[in-house]
Order: sequence, then C-alpha cells, then structure tokens
Amino acid sequence: MRSGIHLPTAVLTAGTLIVVWALLLLRSRSRSRSRGFLSATDRATYETLHTASLAGRQLRHGLGPESAREAAGYLRSMLTARAIAICDTHAVLAWDGEGEHHRPRAHSDAQPALRGAGTTVLDQRDVACNDPNCELLSAVVAPLVVDEHVVGALTAYGPHTDAGLARATEEVAQWVAAQVELADLDQQRTRAMEAELQALRAQISPHFVYNSLAAIASFVRTDPGRARELLLEFADFTRYALRRAGQFTTLAEELRNCERYLVLEQARFGDRLKINLLIAPESLPTTVPCLAVQPLVENAVRHGLAGKVGPGTVTITARDIGAQTEISIEDDGVGANPEHIRGVLDGEVRSDSVGLGNVDARLRQIYGDDLGLVVETAPGAGMKVTFTVPKYAPGVHVSS
Amino acid sequence: MNDLYAVTAIGLVCAVTLIVGAFGLRLSRTTSDFYVAGRTVTPGRNASAISGEYLSAASFLGVAGLVYARGADMLWLPVGYTVGYVVLLTLVAAPLRRSGAYTLPDFAEARLESKVVRGLSSALVIGIGWLYLVPQFQGAGLAMAAVTGWPSWVGSLLVVVVVFLSVAAGGMRSITLVQAMQYWLKLTALAVPACVLLWLWLRDGAPRPHIPADASGEWILPLSGFGGYDHPTYRTYSTLLALCLGTMGLPHVLVRFYTNPDGRAARRTTVAVVGLLGLFYVFTPVYGVLGRVYLPELPLGTLPDSLSLRLPAAVADGHLAGVLGAVLAGGAFAAFLSTASGLAMSVAGAIDQDLLRARLKRITSDDASAITSFRYAAFAAVVVPYALSTAFEPLGLATTVGLAFAVSSATFSPLLVLGIWWRGLSVTGAIAGLVVGAGLAMTAIVLSVLMPQGGWLGAALAQPGAWLIPLVFAVIVITSLATPGRIPKGAGRTLVRLHTPESLTGAAHPSRR
Repeated sequence: MRSGIHLPTAVLTAGTLIVVWALLLLRSRSRSRSRGFLSATDRATYETLHTASLAGRQLRHGLGPESAREAAGYLRSMLTARAIAICDTHAVLAWDGEGEHHRPRAHSDAQPALRGAGTTVLDQRDVACNDPNCELLSAVVAPLVVDEHVVGALTAYGPHTDAGLARATEEVAQWVAAQVELADLDQQRTRAMEAELQALRAQISPHFVYNSLAAIASFVRTDPGRARELLLEFADFTRYALRRAGQFTTLAEELRNCERYLVLEQARFGDRLKINLLIAPESLPTTVPCLAVQPLVENAVRHGLAGKVGPGTVTITARDIGAQTEISIEDDGVGANPEHIRGVLDGEVRSDSVGLGNVDARLRQIYGDDLGLVVETAPGAGMKVTFTVPKYAPGVHVSS
Repeated sequence: MNDLYAVTAIGLVCAVTLIVGAFGLRLSRTTSDFYVAGRTVTPGRNASAISGEYLSAASFLGVAGLVYARGADMLWLPVGYTVGYVVLLTLVAAPLRRSGAYTLPDFAEARLESKVVRGLSSALVIGIGWLYLVPQFQGAGLAMAAVTGWPSWVGSLLVVVVVFLSVAAGGMRSITLVQAMQYWLKLTALAVPACVLLWLWLRDGAPRPHIPADASGEWILPLSGFGGYDHPTYRTYSTLLALCLGTMGLPHVLVRFYTNPDGRAARRTTVAVVGLLGLFYVFTPVYGVLGRVYLPELPLGTLPDSLSLRLPAAVADGHLAGVLGAVLAGGAFAAFLSTASGLAMSVAGAIDQDLLRARLKRITSDDASAITSFRYAAFAAVVVPYALSTAFEPLGLATTVGLAFAVSSATFSPLLVLGIWWRGLSVTGAIAGLVVGAGLAMTAIVLSVLMPQGGWLGAALAQPGAWLIPLVFAVIVITSLATPGRIPKGAGRTLVRLHTPESLTGAAHPSRR
C-alpha cells in the first residue's frame, strides 16, 4: 500500500480547515449574542411564553394522566407555586412539586370548583396537614371549563395565597382549558377525515351497477357460461370495492380490480373498447391507496369513450422512476374542457365524474399537495390523467 | 491492433448503456392482456439483476489482482462477498421487504419513527456510496490505461459521463431485465476467456506457477503473512466479518429487494443470488493463478488490478489475444457502469430527497421541478467521488471497496439486525451506534490511508471489523437499555408487521382464479 499523500501537507490542510471552522463558529456566536440583547422584562416574557408553548405541546394530546404529568412541571414554573395538582372530574391526574403526601386529598380539595363554584381559595383549615414542617398551608383552585362544562381543576398550593396567585391560577386554568378544547377539535377533525375517506372509498357508481347487471342479463339466455363468469367478476369487484379493512393495496392488486371492471365494461361495449397496458414489472409491488386507479379508468371509459363514435382505446401506463412510481391513464375519447376539470378537482363543480375529484383529494391527503392528479385534456383531444406515488411513505402499509 | 479491439468493446458497452438509458420503458412490452402485464419480476430474474449490480470492479479485476499479489489468504474475499448474502438471507431479507421500505433511510424512519435517524442514515448512504464509487472510477481509468496506454483520467471520465447521463435520464436502472442481462454478460466476459486461457495453459503442458516467497511467508501458504502483512489471522477474520455484515448495508443492493412482491420472494431471490455469485467467483482466482504462471513480474508502476487485462497478451498471441482482451475489457466496463450507476442512483436519491429538494424549493421559491433537483443531485453524486478518485493514488480496487464494507458493517448492519430482531432498540441507541460506528470507521480509514502504521495498530486500523462491529453493537444495546423512554411507541406493532408471513395477513398474494 502506497500513500499518495504528503503527510505534512495533509496535516496542514486539516489544521487550516479546523481553524476556519472554529472562526466561523465564533463569528456566528458573537453575532447572535449582539442581536440577542434584551431587557429583563422582555426576557421574563419570552421565558414565560416559551414555557407556555412547551406545556401547550403536551396538552394538545388532551387531558390525560400522561399529558397532565408532562405539562404539570411547566405550569408550576409559570405560576411559581410550591406545588400544583391537576384533577379531572374523577381523580387526581398529576401532582408536581413538594408535599407529595397531599396528593390523595387534592381531589377533595378541588370538589367545590369541580361542582361549579368557580375559583375558590382554601386556607389553613382546609389544607393543612399533620406534618408541622409542611409549608403547604393554603391553595387556589381554578376550574377547567371546556364548552361550558367543568372537565377538571387546577390547584396551586403554597404557604399563603394572595390575589396575584389567585388571578394567575385562574388565567392559567383558562389557558389550559383552551388547549384542551383545541385537542378535542384536533380529534374531531381526524375523525371527520377518516369518515370522509370511508365514504369516498365505498362509492361504486350506480350507473356501473345498473349497466353491469343489464349486460349480464343480456347474456343469461344466449351464453349462460359467460354470464356466470361476468357475475363472478362482478362479485369480486364489489367485494374489493366495499371491503372495510385496509386503506392501501399493491398496484398489482389494484390493476387486477381494473381488469374486473374492464371485463364487465367490455361485455357492454364489445369491440369498441380496446385496452393497452404498458406496465413496468418493478412498479407492481408499489403500495397505492385502494381504488386509486379504477375510478380513473372508469372516468376514461364513461366520459371519454362512451360519447365517442367508433372504437376507443384506454392506455394504462406504470413507470418505475427510482423512489417513485408514475401511473397514467389515457383515453382517445371526447376529452373535456380544462376549466371544467379544474373546477371538478377544486371541488367547486358538482359533476357526475366523482372519480377524478375523489382520487385527487385522497392522494393529496395521504401524500401531500405536491402529489395530486395531473390532467391533460382538451375538447376532442382525449384525456390523460397522471399521478405519482412514492414507493415508501411513513405510515403507509398494505393491510394496515 | 489489440487496442482497436478493446476500444471497440468498451465503446460498444458504453453506447448500449446510454441507448437503454435513453429509451427506458419503451423497450418493454405493450400488451392488452392483464395477465401478461401483471406478472411481477421472478426471483430468478431479480437475483440476476442484484448480482449484475453487485459484481463491481473489485470482483471483476480486484480479486484476481489481490490473489496474484498477496496469495492464498485473498481467496477469502470472494467467499466473504458471497457469504454476506447468506447473512442477509437469514437475518434481514424477508422482514426488510415486509417493512415496505425502499431505501435504508426509509427503513430507519419506518422502524424508529425518527427524522434524525433518517437524516443520519441518508448521510451514511451518501458516504458509503461515494466511498464505493471511488474504486469504480479508478478501475475504469486503470483498465483503459492497461488496454490502450492512455492516461487513466480518460477511462474514469468516460464512466463518469456515461453514468451521469444514464442516471439523470433515470431510465437504465429501473429495468430489472437490463441489469439481469448485465450479470450474464459479465459472467460470459469472465468465464469464456478463463476457459480459453486454461485450455491454452493445458496445451502448453500445464506449467507450474512461479511461487514467490519473502521474509514473512510464501505466496501459496494460507495465513503466512506473505507480502509483509503481519497478523494475517486477525486480518483475515476481520475482513471476513466486515464482508459478511457489510453486504446488508450497501444502498444499491437493498433497493432491488422492493421489486420482490413479498418476503418469501425476497428470500428466494437471496438464495438465487448466493448461487449466481458463487458461480461467478469460481473464475476470478483462475486469473490470479495463471498470472503467477505467465506473468511472474508485472511491468513497473502498474497495479496488480490490471492483471486480468494483461494476461491474454501474455498467454496467447495475435487476434486471439486481442479478442480475449477486448471481451475482458468490455466486461470490466460493464461492471464499472452497472455498479456505478446503481450506486449513483442511490446516492442521488438520498441527496435529492433528504438534502436538496426542500432547500432548492426555498431558494428558487418553488420554481425548481423535482427532475431539476434530481439532476443536480446526480451531478453531486458522481463529481465528488470522481474528484476523490483523481486526488488519491489508487490503493487497489478490492482494498478500497473493503473500506466501504467496513463503514457499512459498522453502521447499517447493527441498525438493521437490532432493528429487526430487538424490540428494545431506542432512538438514542440507534443514533449513538450510527455516530460511533461511522466516526470510528472513518477515523480508521483516514489514519490507515494517510499514515500507515505497522504492527497490531496497523492491522487493527486497516481491518477494523473485528473490534469495531462488536463495539457498535454494544454501544447500541447499552445506550438503548439506558434510555427506555426513547423506544419508539409503535415498536411492537412494527416488529409484528416485519415478522408476520404474508400468508397470514392475506396481503399481496399474486393469486388468480
């Protein structure tokens, strides 16, 4: 092994780099210090705000034993009390500070406030314990009111109470209640989104059901074997579309469902409907949202080709582009007005082509706004709908 | 005359690579039959593709050169390169596929639910990729110089340009079939000349190799320390350990496992890879031994890595030597190109996704498209290792590749093994392990390259695997035990997902009525 490096040069270079780095570091330090000159009041304000934001982050998970315990320390330092307790309507959720032996009694201390008596001040008679060294002699209890219901209480303990502490406790309690209310809203929003997704997924267009059954009926006498085949495809299709478990599937599975759909449509269209597939085999294991491709194919058939005179072709392409897979559905049908499609994607126009807006909304919700549908169309020029999905996205699994 | 053959072969390989890169999917099938379109890549084909991408300059030229220069101990290298896949098979393949991760940073994020670990993993992917790219570029320069006598930067630059173009176009790598063909091309380019040379050797009356010896040992004796490498037993075991565990951390190999439809297919693929690699490595030592027969002395100032390319001219003469040399040179360039573009793709992906795209968006206020960003990333992915490859004298191809294995075995292998098999892995533990492993491995590499030491210290720095890998495992386990609060909340659920066979969950089953 020969070394092609002149050792002193290497050491010199490394040394110079370290010195330059250290100088840069020093410079940025001194800059930030000169910028950060604050008065004592400002600093106190900023510190309080910072503590509040730390506590708020915990409380945004809702009012539970864990979040209360995490937030209690910050709340105590905001109140500068000796000890604080957070109770809900049933029990003590958290105790922070000295005098842990008061904890079992904290819930009964908070009873008046929990019953709706507003902020109450407790003196020695109510609070004091047998321990002569214990300095927790009085307390302020403020209720946590969310949506006009008392959901808990915040108690600040100390050797003596004054109007300042009472006021501060009341304000902090109101702030905590606001945070808990926000947590409730968060939860409701998540639930609403899940419900919306469920509703979106379970949409099989009534036209399709009607047309399929009519097509199958036309074969029952002439070709019972084919009618049976089609009926089975229809059964499989509905099972796939209506299954509850699993928000995601593989592209291979999704294409299989497109096949079922197209077999049924071909029974109606006959030779007028041609299919072209250009699928990179590497893209088949990609995880995609359930029913992301089939509604687009349905849109191509129903809006692109149904109105067209003569045969039409639907081309499904899946390309493997490194960490992403690009899927596009193209038809050579009647096309559409781009303004109309824009309206559909924005959800402003109520149209019967629910597929486009639905898939677009779901893709954006799962992968972010960058990865929605891209639609290229003009009247009489067919339509091409393209979207990309990442091969991996956090929290996206088949069969979750 | 012989130049002409070789240059034609190299030109052909480069041109085909570029054409396939430019046309991409258009070369694949169009059909109207869902059954044909829905066929996933079979394990056999995927295994060929993995092997095609894995067999790099180090395998094609480096192993023969090291066997020639340093004797019997180096026969462990091809064993280690292959055994890595056995370890991968038993410990990692199926659970990794079930995790749904495409790259190593994806796995880190999925398992540990931490952006910090993801960032560290991306930095490591970039580092390992660069380290692995350096010998590919150096090998190209060396091969070009050996067959034409041109300066070595010509060959390196050629590979850099071809790799950049095909990666920036984004086409070549995506096609499993093309990479699978690469394996069979490389195998043919290595095996056919080897058989012809062996036949010529038999016709010459099978002359015995010249067996050199020096103060410390003899070329043919294992663990003799021939070539002035002391502590040969330690070095051999340490190298073997690093190769066994390093394979699972190579970024360009793991992305191919995503192509398997499920964990079972991932296992089958790995088994096939072991077979294919074994077949390939049967032929590499032949060149080393024949070199000792026909070329007892290499021309002054040439590295043993060019041995395979010089051998045909020494054994045969006239057109036969020219054709054999051209086949070997073409095969070598196929090895540089396929491995380098696989690596460049992974590195560019990591740079693009985790470093560049968000920043570029901020700077250009949303003007830069994803493709522009990826092209900048691809440029960075090839330019940095090219600069390194010209700045440093070549150390020997297999030796430099060994460094990449050392880093990967000290960082990703503990992360993967513990991440897949131990619930108690905490975020802090993973971070500590990655930092300690990468830091110490890089320090050992820099020290052993810049100021080579003798004795135990020299051996321990040159082959850090045997002490570093257990150390990193220990750091991760101890840190994780000390920080139980940082165990990701979903660890139990994630592990269930990694280890539940698909037949139980009913997901991704390619069945058809």
